[in-house]
Amino acid sequence: MTDQRVRRRGRRLARRLVEIGLTLVGVAVLVFVTLRVIPGDQITASLGTEAGDLTSAQLDALRAYYGIDEPLVNQFTGWLGSVLTGNLGVSQGSGQSVLDMTLSALPITLELAVIATAIGLVIGIPLALLSASRPNSLRDAAAQTVGLAGLAIPSFLLGSLLIAYVSKWFRYNPNSLGFARLQEDPSLNLQQMLFPALVLGFGLAAPIMRTARSSLLEVQSQDFVRTAHGKGVAPGRIRTRHVLRAALIPIVTMTGIQFGYLLGGAIVVEQIFSVPGLGRQVLLGLQQKEYAVVQSTVLVIALLFVLVNLVTDQLYRVVDPRVRAA
Amino acid sequence: MTAGTMPAHMSAMEPASRVPVWRRLLRSRSGLVGLILTGVVVVAALMAMLQLTPFDPVSQRPVDRFSSPNLTYLFGTDQFGRDIFSRVAAGAGTSLLVAIVAVAVASLVGTAAGVVAGYFGPPVSPPVLGVANVLFAFPPLLLALALASALTRTWFTVAIAIAIVYVPIFIRVSRGPVLALREADFVRASRVLGFTTARILFRHVVPNITAVIIVQVTLAMSWAVLTEASLSFVGLGTPPPAPALGSMVLDAKSMVTSAWWTMVAPGAMIIVFVVGLNLLGDGLRDALDPRYDADR
Repeated sequence: MTDQRVRRRGRRLARRLVEIGLTLVGVAVLVFVTLRVIPGDQITASLGTEAGDLTSAQLDALRAYYGIDEPLVNQFTGWLGSVLTGNLGVSQGSGQSVLDMTLSALPITLELAVIATAIGLVIGIPLALLSASRPNSLRDAAAQTVGLAGLAIPSFLLGSLLIAYVSKWFRYNPNSLGFARLQEDPSLNLQQMLFPALVLGFGLAAPIMRTARSSLLEVQSQDFVRTAHGKGVAPGRIRTRHVLRAALIPIVTMTGIQFGYLLGGAIVVEQIFSVPGLGRQVLLGLQQKEYAVVQSTVLVIALLFVLVNLVTDQLYRVVDPRVRAA
Repeated sequence: MTAGTMPAHMSAMEPASRVPVWRRLLRSRSGLVGLILTGVVVVAALMAMLQLTPFDPVSQRPVDRFSSPNLTYLFGTDQFGRDIFSRVAAGAGTSLLVAIVAVAVASLVGTAAGVVAGYFGPPVSPPVLGVANVLFAFPPLLLALALASALTRTWFTVAIAIAIVYVPIFIRVSRGPVLALREADFVRASRVLGFTTARILFRHVVPNITAVIIVQVTLAMSWAVLTEASLSFVGLGTPPPAPALGSMVLDAKSMVTSAWWTMVAPGAMIIVFVVGLNLLGDGLRDALDPRYDADR
């Protein structure tokens, strides 16, 4: 019995992994095609207008050197082959390997995403509990207004205002100093993470709050909640132990998806606060037309994103025994 | 919307549908407020498109630079003496245009693909869902950014980039209900009666998912507005000198502490637009879905 269940679970996971593999190949094709369409190639990007002075023989030589004279299919398989062996290419501008750049940016982005998600949950869940505790009341309206604000105020607006006014009024702008890594200067690092994480967390609180509210409202009307009330369980305990527990699945899904977005979607906020994470690496790569940097970083982000979603799916089983039994 | 709720939903349609949808929309508070806020943005955008703004949004008057809001310049002027009111109206026009084109393309392509994948199942559905999965594997803003920078930048290519990101959402939203409708009695009956597939799809299946799609359209519009603004904030949106709300916020970032009005107007315009579209979406969902009471 249990043996059979384990085997079934194994088969399901194997199917998911095949699906993910196919998706990632699609992702690689899309990234490759998209970036090859970008107007202007790497030579004009690195030499600027001076590229016009090159003779056609010199241009051809450079193209051969960068490998962009090969047929597209060969370029693609070559790139994919080296990615699979851990070679993500080299940045033309800095001469750094993209693998090193990514390994240095990844922990920063992860740290920011974890702090921001924590802030999002700390704002979003209590707001949802507050608003679901008495639907259509004044407190519900107030909580929903905060949720709507989180949805509608763009992160770049909030970020720009924060950075401008905090540095004017308090003469405090930790992000103007060089970026400090967590292991080098934990205190400065956390100060530098504070504002970007707050901005991202505020934006995250909105979808979490909305999902949690509707999930709570649905669970609240179920029979077992009435039974608990009838048994005389304290209302506060019902709300946190019974209702919230049963309402967790959509909340976990939404939080997982949002966390995944942060891995590559924090581009704008990383840019405003000069946080050297993955998003900023992509943005700089795009601006400097560094194919290798953008291609490989986007591929890494997509891989992480897909993995986060896989882990989120597995989390259901931890959170909700009903899924485990099914 | 799940398979189980579909029949109940449709049988409950009768009494509620006597009141026209727009009346029910106006009766709900969020629908009314959403309509008003969106209306404000649309009026501003139309003013700019018909060149009815008080000033040319790109003409510079250095004498009047950094004027605070006054009767001539309602929202003040920027560092080049350009009228911010006219610029914000023009920016709203760009936003609206991009959002409409992006969502029109995404909803048409996505819904068509979703309906076909849902109705016919394999072998049609796996490639459709495969493409959707690939597009879903990117954080949306990242994908929009990469696509927008791949094309020569105009407002139209920005719109297309945003559309591509939103296609899989429409596929997902339309496919689910179609899976249930395919097995519904009235659709089976249509097949037995020998109706053509086109007739079944257009007369029986698609009308039953329009409510879901319309709600999704308003949400997609609000996301498109935010994405267009974010792209122009990082310098990859509609190219200058055309005013865009996001790049106005970027310009204002360095002057906001001495000239607050440079950021207030474009920022408020984005917020009003997004709030309006979201409330409109909430109101439409309530108005189109008879299971919700108007006063809930």
